[in-house]
Amino acid sequence: MASKITEQQVKHVAELAKLEFPEDELGKFTTQLGNIIDMFEDLTQVDTDNVEPMTSATDRVNVMREDKAVKSSKEETDALLKNAPDTDDGYIRVPAIIDESEDGE
Amino acid sequence: MDFYQTDLSQLHADLVNKKISATELTKETFDHIEANDDQVKAFLTMNKEAALKKAAEVDAAGIQDDQLTAGVPLAVKDNILTKGLRTTAASKILENFNPVYDATVIEKLNANNFINVGKTNLDEFAMGSSTENSAFFTTHNPWDLTRVPGGSSGGSAAAVAAGDVLGALGTDTGGSIRMPASFNGVVGMKPTYGRVSRWGIIAFGSSFDQVGWLTRTVKDNALLTAMISGNDPHDMTSSVKEVPDWAAQLNDDTNVKGLRIAVPKEYFEGINDDVHDVIKAALDHLESLGAIVDEVSLPHTKYGVPAYYILASSEASSNLQRYDGIRYGFRAKDVKNIEDVYVRSRTEGFGEEVKRRIMLGTFSLSAGFYDAYFNKAAKVRRLMAQDFDNVFKDHDVIVGATGATPAFKIGAEIDDPQTMYMNDVLTVPVNMAGLPAMSVPAGFSAKNGMPVGLQIIGKAFDEQTVYNTGYVFEQTTDVHKKAPKLGGQN
Repeated sequence: MASKITEQQVKHVAELAKLEFPEDELGKFTTQLGNIIDMFEDLTQVDTDNVEPMTSATDRVNVMREDKAVKSSKEETDALLKNAPDTDDGYIRVPAIIDESEDGE
Repeated sequence: MDFYQTDLSQLHADLVNKKISATELTKETFDHIEANDDQVKAFLTMNKEAALKKAAEVDAAGIQDDQLTAGVPLAVKDNILTKGLRTTAASKILENFNPVYDATVIEKLNANNFINVGKTNLDEFAMGSSTENSAFFTTHNPWDLTRVPGGSSGGSAAAVAAGDVLGALGTDTGGSIRMPASFNGVVGMKPTYGRVSRWGIIAFGSSFDQVGWLTRTVKDNALLTAMISGNDPHDMTSSVKEVPDWAAQLNDDTNVKGLRIAVPKEYFEGINDDVHDVIKAALDHLESLGAIVDEVSLPHTKYGVPAYYILASSEASSNLQRYDGIRYGFRAKDVKNIEDVYVRSRTEGFGEEVKRRIMLGTFSLSAGFYDAYFNKAAKVRRLMAQDFDNVFKDHDVIVGATGATPAFKIGAEIDDPQTMYMNDVLTVPVNMAGLPAMSVPAGFSAKNGMPVGLQIIGKAFDEQTVYNTGYVFEQTTDVHKKAPKLGGQN
């Protein structure tokens, strides 16, 4: 079966996954992905009528715990913040949500 | 200390009887690692300073007879969180990440005063079969440095094979403990899904991931696996079933007389001649010891790879959404807005294979394709689990090869993802069904002298029979006694 995926679709999926592929790699990547998806097509040979999907190998369901907040120590908070790329006075800094470079356009 | 001449029980006795101190043992371990890791490259991060400090504390406190791993140097795969010790998952996106808590398995080992010598290399986020997908470097197989150690727990397997440590923690989502165990001539056990807590394991495919050990011997494996097993309130999929003392039941009386072994004919399709010969000889050997060997069929085996790559990639695409460049991990430079932070950090931070899996997963879950891919694969998963149920109605274990080939050359398959995925054809079915399975050294390829592993698959939560079978095989053969000559021809 011929590959079903196009460069346009790859771009769309990349957008959903928050990834970007440079134009010069897109062709190769689409081919690779297409080959793997062709392999996925083998599953159409399997009769799965009346088969329930299985999404986990555990038989445990609805395991509950007490809904209780746990307070973190200053040390823990500091250690967490040390892993953040950019912080300011106990907060994590992020760039503006709105692209300021577009203001003047 | 030559780890090929001892085992965990002997080492523990030596420590308790003060034949050797934890400090001496830890120093010798680092001497050994420093002498060979330039060639093997099993470790991403050494924990020397903290390890020596811990060893001194253990010596000062005295080693208790009931703490089997007290003062024993062991290694940890670098996708398992270690508080304050860099944990990268071999990804650039976590290059400078320092966990603020320990994984449950590490907490349990700490309670038994183990010495963590360092973090071992893997394929980025455990996605791969060779460690070539590590963002940092490739680990080399101690039996032949031009070959891969397998993956994704390749660093852990190579460290054990090189005699660096008696045991190293690994994780297995689609074969990542068993396959490198087979490639390196060591023992690797993936316990039943739910047997070991996944809390603090960097998530890949949550309905498949399971922690386990790579060791030199079956008994060491049984002892160490018992130590990390059991229910954990932090992991709702962890089982409340009692953890048996598997090792206690392995003794001189253990035998395979009357053991009903199923050999799936599909597990012999497409395997290399040299692997075939070793596995056939291993089965003949078990039969000569009184096991009853039957050919059976697991008819959906060939659909395992496509179904697994759809489901595991789908779970991965969801699990890896958390790497967004905001709270921790790599953030791209010169970003203008929040969307840029997400897209550029992920694009620059993830390696090629990880991006490929995220794309496959996102595609399989996306509108219009969900039924044809994700849902179809989940139904095939059910059929594969039923195949196992049917065979286990009148058999005790399923036995076959772990990998279709011995370790391949570095660089041989890295540009061909599909061929790389097919390496997992004999290991993924077990993860689909959540069963326990172990690879034990079965022999060596007549073509190139590389180790070949025998895979033993058990019923859910019946690790005991798997260990028993592996133990008898090990104790009645000499395969596990052979050590690689580093850098030399084997």
